[in-house]
Amino acid sequence: MTPSSETAQVMSASDIERALTRIAHEIVETHRGTAGLVILGIPRRGVPLARRLGEKLAGIDTDFDSHDQVGSLDITMYRDDLRTTGARTPEPTELPASGIDAATVVLVDDVLYSGRTIRAALDALSDLGRPETVRLAVLVDRGHRQLPIRADHVGKNIPTSRQERVSVRLAAIDGVSASDEAVVIQR
Amino acid sequence: MKHLLTTSDLSHSQAMNILDTAEEMDQVSQREVKKLPTLRGRTVVNLFYEDSTRTRVSFEAAAKRLSADVVNFSAKGSSVSKGESLKDTVQTLDAMGADAIVIRHPAAGAAAQLAASDWTQAAVLNAGDGTHEHPTQALLDALTLRRGYAAARDTGSRGTDLSGLKVLIIGDVLHSRVARSNVWLLTTLGAKVSLVAPATLLPVGAETWPVTIHYDLDEALATDPDAVMMLRVQAERMGGAFFPTSAEYTRRWGLTDERLAVVESLRIGPSQAPAMILHPGPMNRGVEISAAAADSPQSVITEQVTHGVSVRMAVLHLLLSGRSET
Repeated sequence: MTPSSETAQVMSASDIERALTRIAHEIVETHRGTAGLVILGIPRRGVPLARRLGEKLAGIDTDFDSHDQVGSLDITMYRDDLRTTGARTPEPTELPASGIDAATVVLVDDVLYSGRTIRAALDALSDLGRPETVRLAVLVDRGHRQLPIRADHVGKNIPTSRQERVSVRLAAIDGVSASDEAVVIQR
Repeated sequence: MKHLLTTSDLSHSQAMNILDTAEEMDQVSQREVKKLPTLRGRTVVNLFYEDSTRTRVSFEAAAKRLSADVVNFSAKGSSVSKGESLKDTVQTLDAMGADAIVIRHPAAGAAAQLAASDWTQAAVLNAGDGTHEHPTQALLDALTLRRGYAAARDTGSRGTDLSGLKVLIIGDVLHSRVARSNVWLLTTLGAKVSLVAPATLLPVGAETWPVTIHYDLDEALATDPDAVMMLRVQAERMGGAFFPTSAEYTRRWGLTDERLAVVESLRIGPSQAPAMILHPGPMNRGVEISAAAADSPQSVITEQVTHGVSVRMAVLHLLLSGRSET
């Protein structure tokens, strides 16, 4: 981290790996096992994070089915800024075959900021079923909430200013040449 | 994209974007709560100067699933029968706060004129203008073909186009806006389109289209198409004599039980999946398509109707999101 650089790495690939391992253990601890647990990633970067979390959960508890109990939840059509931002193409929503009724759903996203994405995700969830509990796991919590929403599992709290941008890069989405990292970009 | 008037100026990526969005809309149509809050507080006007059931109902269902308010307007029983012009009708609807106008009109270019005018700020969706274009029908046909093509090759539907798919369009091309919209869209998506029609039912200039033209249906079926699309014989648009009798039309150009036996032997590409039979509806059973062909397991006609709602939801979402209110 040189002072002249505009981009500062705040989490390396191994930091992300360790954070996900810890979150997986936290989830098992709070849920007391993995029965009735559903992990849903919010596109785009929440989806590969949810999948990795699912693999770790399967490593902790062999009863966890990392195919059926992990999915994705698209929130495009529930956003509150559709009128002002350009039209977006929705991403797939994939739920377990058994649905989410009475399940404990853990939403997974990369960065928690205003909380508006999670608000949209909660609305989307209620149209899909009635989970018993909904929890939130994020890789980075950068503060500046605009809604009364908090995360249950946080990879790393990073104090930021509103002028900064936090970006998570994942090989699964940004190409194999990019290594996993979280960076703060000055504007 | 501000309006949807024609498929001829849709780029490959715009068309794929609409189809990919429609795939997700299709998921919504299958779940218990078939509603999205996306267009809450927006108003969609269905302005229909021609009779229509499926297109109007489909647009209405699509708008309602996106939580928009829908106003239906049909020329019959309205002030149009008192002599009101299109301009005055549209300005009235605009003053009531329409965000999108879905228009069907017997004159070619009516939707384009609306979009080019300053009569309204609303997004204009062409739901059929005379014998010119019917873009949402072509999009739903493309979605149906893509689903079948992807299933035959055992790949995901999202993100695949129609490269290499051979589509045969049969019948009254002259009066068919469905055929015109399909020719442009399916070609853009990479399909190879062929037309079969009596010479009297082909428009002047069809030889300049990016299609192969046949005059004999049996000959065309021998070219091994992956999908056959029957067109409706549009009796209401036929002033003159285009073919001697409807029995002769059926014998030479109809999908009869004998021809169904040929179609049953067709496969999609090298796969084992049977070729698809499409029809935009409403069908004249016994004229251009036999009852056995319409109800055959190869027929995807009811899927076309389902996909119609999904495609129209996608188009409404893409046209109305990101448009700041005026």
